[in-house]
Amino acid sequence: MKMIQLADIHKVFNPGRPNQVNAVNGVTLDIVEGQFVVIVGANGSGKTTLLDMIAGTVLPTSGNIAINGEDVTKLPDYRRSQWIARVFQNPMSGTASDLSILDNFRLAAIRTHRKGLSIGITDDFKGRVKEKISVLGMGLENKTDQPMGTLSGGQRQALTLLMSVMDTCNILLLDEPTAALDPRSAELVMRTADKLIKEYKLTAILITHNLKDAYNYGNRLILMGEGQILKDLDGSKKSALKQNDLFDWFA
Amino acid sequence: MDFYLTALLQGLCFSGIALGIYISMTIFNIPDITTDGSYTLGAVVTAILLTHHQPIYITLPAVITAGGIAGALTGIIHTKLKINALLAGILVMTALYSVNLSLMGRSNLPLINVSSLFTLIHMSNDVNHNTFWILLIFVGVIALKIGYLLKTDFGIAMRATGNSESMIRSLGVNTDRMKITGLAIANALTALSGYLISQFQGFTDISMGIGIVIAGLGSVIIAETLINWLRITSVWITLVLVLAGAILFQMVLAVTLNIGVDANLLKLVTAVFVLVIVSLPRLKSPL
Repeated sequence: MKMIQLADIHKVFNPGRPNQVNAVNGVTLDIVEGQFVVIVGANGSGKTTLLDMIAGTVLPTSGNIAINGEDVTKLPDYRRSQWIARVFQNPMSGTASDLSILDNFRLAAIRTHRKGLSIGITDDFKGRVKEKISVLGMGLENKTDQPMGTLSGGQRQALTLLMSVMDTCNILLLDEPTAALDPRSAELVMRTADKLIKEYKLTAILITHNLKDAYNYGNRLILMGEGQILKDLDGSKKSALKQNDLFDWFA
Repeated sequence: MDFYLTALLQGLCFSGIALGIYISMTIFNIPDITTDGSYTLGAVVTAILLTHHQPIYITLPAVITAGGIAGALTGIIHTKLKINALLAGILVMTALYSVNLSLMGRSNLPLINVSSLFTLIHMSNDVNHNTFWILLIFVGVIALKIGYLLKTDFGIAMRATGNSESMIRSLGVNTDRMKITGLAIANALTALSGYLISQFQGFTDISMGIGIVIAGLGSVIIAETLINWLRITSVWITLVLVLAGAILFQMVLAVTLNIGVDANLLKLVTAVFVLVIVSLPRLKSPL
């Protein structure tokens, strides 16, 4: 079952102007349900633009995108949230600082639903959230009324990950989720992500500059450069790689 | 004492603007300048309908709808035409000046011998006490409704929109529609202040809205200073503080006049007062 299908996608920013950027130059990619794809590439290779186009925050200049068999090329990002949950590079982007942890989780739990005029935060819901958060082992389940802004970047990213599975999720997009984190928080976030992807059988795309993570996680590895896919290794081919091979790609 | 009672009553009347500015600042992070126009619009619609002897169940919805449309207009101009939020508000406010003038047909409309909200119910023999109780109930009901709204799923989504647009969009919220709705609600509340004040002071004047946004701003800033200082996260306490801010703001102005400051200097005092409240947290911590 093909979860994500990209057909000859191009993205040009500022066409015809002196600051024109050909971010993505013809990418055709099929991602099957349950695949955990890792995308690596130098800055400016088009990785984030590609992810943005899958998420819908950026619309392609040409080409088609389909999610779960449905054509979503022109669908805006807030409509694609019915399938997609996203973890941003900036911990501030994925959570609302002034709202409590509980409020943030409530919004995540109704990601695919209408935001109606009923009060959703019941004692039942609070219990659900505390249970979910306690998995992290950071003691945050006792601080659910605290504003998100009082937490560290690592804590916020970990919570964003948990939030992504509060509602039905097919696709998890991780755009350099550990870029702003210290090594220990980064490890916690990646381990949590991997666990959730396996547990909920998510289709996942991870963009990372961390070659160790690229080596350790995922079952498909893509190298992008100049807006195109340069290498595409899945399953056994990825496992056959050695850590040094990855470093060589960037030599 | 009468001075302060009037200030208290005015503070209650202005709580609509305070709540409206609170909502627009929560969604937009900037105060909505449409306020000057929608406040007067509320007062104009009230004056016209009351002088035509319309009952409250016609006047009140009309005022709310008028304010809502003004706010929605600002929202549409900002989201669909991608015009800066501040400018969008100024454009609508400017247009509303003419709209208000045309609706009234004159620059001032007195409300003498007209039945109003305050003649509707007779709770006490003293006019001021009667007004106080009516206002308290009216404002109380509005605050309860807004408090409930902010606690609903929709309300949480609205509060998140100003915090992180990227987050709330990835969580399925059409932020354009949210901003338009939020501004409509905020300006409907502002129009309600116009409704209350025009009946309280007994007339509607075309210039009554000029610079009124500072009253809302000042009230919200007082509230936010207290919220940050006391680390409040409860929606209900926040709303009570916003109402308290509106009343406190009018009280300070009353004190100023009472100690003999020239009435001409009132706007200067207002500006200095708001400056002081804003600077207070910044001066305390040198960090």
